[in-house]
Amino acid sequence: MTMTQTALTLDHVSFHIDDVAIIKDISGTIEAGKITAFVGPSGAGKSTLFRLINQLKTHTKGTITFNNEDVKTIHPMILRKNIGIVLQEGVMTPGTVYDNLALPRQLQNDTLSEDDALSFLLKVGLEERFLHKKAKELSGGQKQKVSIARTLVNQPEVLLMDEITSSLDQVSTQAIETLIKQLNKEDHQTILWITHNIDQAKRLSDNTWVLIDGKCRYQGPTNQLDEATDQRVIDFLEGGDQS
Amino acid sequence: MTYFTLSLTLLFVLIPLLLAYYLKLGIEKDILVATARSVIQLLIVGYLLQFIFDQDSPIFMMLMVGLIIFAATHNARKKGINYKGITWKLILTYTTIELLTQAILIGLNITPATPQYVIPISGMVVGNAMVLSILFLNRLTSEVEDKQDEIELILSLGGSTKQAIHRQLLTSIKASTVPTIEKQKTMGLVQLPGMMSGQIIAGADPIQAVQFQLLILFILLTTAILTSIMLGFLSYPTLFTEQMQLKQTFK
Repeated sequence: MTMTQTALTLDHVSFHIDDVAIIKDISGTIEAGKITAFVGPSGAGKSTLFRLINQLKTHTKGTITFNNEDVKTIHPMILRKNIGIVLQEGVMTPGTVYDNLALPRQLQNDTLSEDDALSFLLKVGLEERFLHKKAKELSGGQKQKVSIARTLVNQPEVLLMDEITSSLDQVSTQAIETLIKQLNKEDHQTILWITHNIDQAKRLSDNTWVLIDGKCRYQGPTNQLDEATDQRVIDFLEGGDQS
Repeated sequence: MTYFTLSLTLLFVLIPLLLAYYLKLGIEKDILVATARSVIQLLIVGYLLQFIFDQDSPIFMMLMVGLIIFAATHNARKKGINYKGITWKLILTYTTIELLTQAILIGLNITPATPQYVIPISGMVVGNAMVLSILFLNRLTSEVEDKQDEIELILSLGGSTKQAIHRQLLTSIKASTVPTIEKQKTMGLVQLPGMMSGQIIAGADPIQAVQFQLLILFILLTTAILTSIMLGFLSYPTLFTEQMQLKQTFK
């Protein structure tokens, strides 16, 4: 029997902007080495929750623990190296694909060899010819792949992916899904994945959290999602609560 | 020039006023206010300078320089309300630039330490620094607003706040100093600088007027670069929280 390890623990986490509650009293654990999908309608607080986890925002109440340590006590630069986030827009910095891949190392006053850059590029399914291509000339799907590779350069323990396929076509989406599965299977990478698409969550994830109006209304194995009893979750799964 | 002759120059105010009224531009009130303010402010400054020159006292001279720095700070701080402690950052920047400039000028015996030299040069130095800091703060604010994705990307990859804002800081420094450098390139070709024109009209030797103008141009170049660099490095930490997050004000 294998013991399940916990990568992250959320304990009554809330986040307010002025008096408006964006995240409301969320608790739960994220299993290491698994893919956990975060689904829910727009404005449910999914992206905000990810930003709280790697402290691009600070939660106003509760505790988030990473490797048994309160994230607020870990230096933000160290925390963000260990909990990498791939942002929704596939933001590229000016320069080539290599410049983008070398960025995380540059930030640590280190360098990334071309061979190492190439291995990260191949890992995300892009060929060598892309290495010296201008980043701004890439397609949406290619940018997202480079974004993933760039985040992987830091070798994070946890990888957060914020709706990275939302603006991609079907072919690019499938390629990214394959990559995610591969990263999880081969490298046992812990992946937290935000998606609007329930079917995508079912295809990819071991566990699912359903967020609605800042509250977590379901968390558990994805294959038991259809057995959820919360009416708002049922409505969302049936496509009746997409607001 | 007599006061009667001076009053005739009001014709130059009457022309835009009539045109504005005729074309219904809605700026008549602004023209009148600007005219009244410039007359009153310049006359007060004129009498104040005459008084200070007559006293020939370093204390009055320093008070006048302090007043220039205060007025410049008061004007520029409105553009930097999002930057915590901007008033002190501006005062520190203007004072440093003023001290550095006067130390070089007086220390190397380029100009004497008399109110006739110190006050007008301080006015030009601090005035230019004020315009530069307004340009810089405007540009930095818009750069941060436009490029917040890029800034957050670098933070998310484990970068420091300085690394995250580096590109925007350099762009803002460059953009705010470009007008000073470009103006210097066309100096004498497109326009004769105000100070030089004033000296020539007052009967000074044109070569001597050019020498003084060159001195001022070189000082303004230093001022431009120093203002934006100093203000930039003093201001950027206030864009971030202690947890190295981009503040909500800029999002």
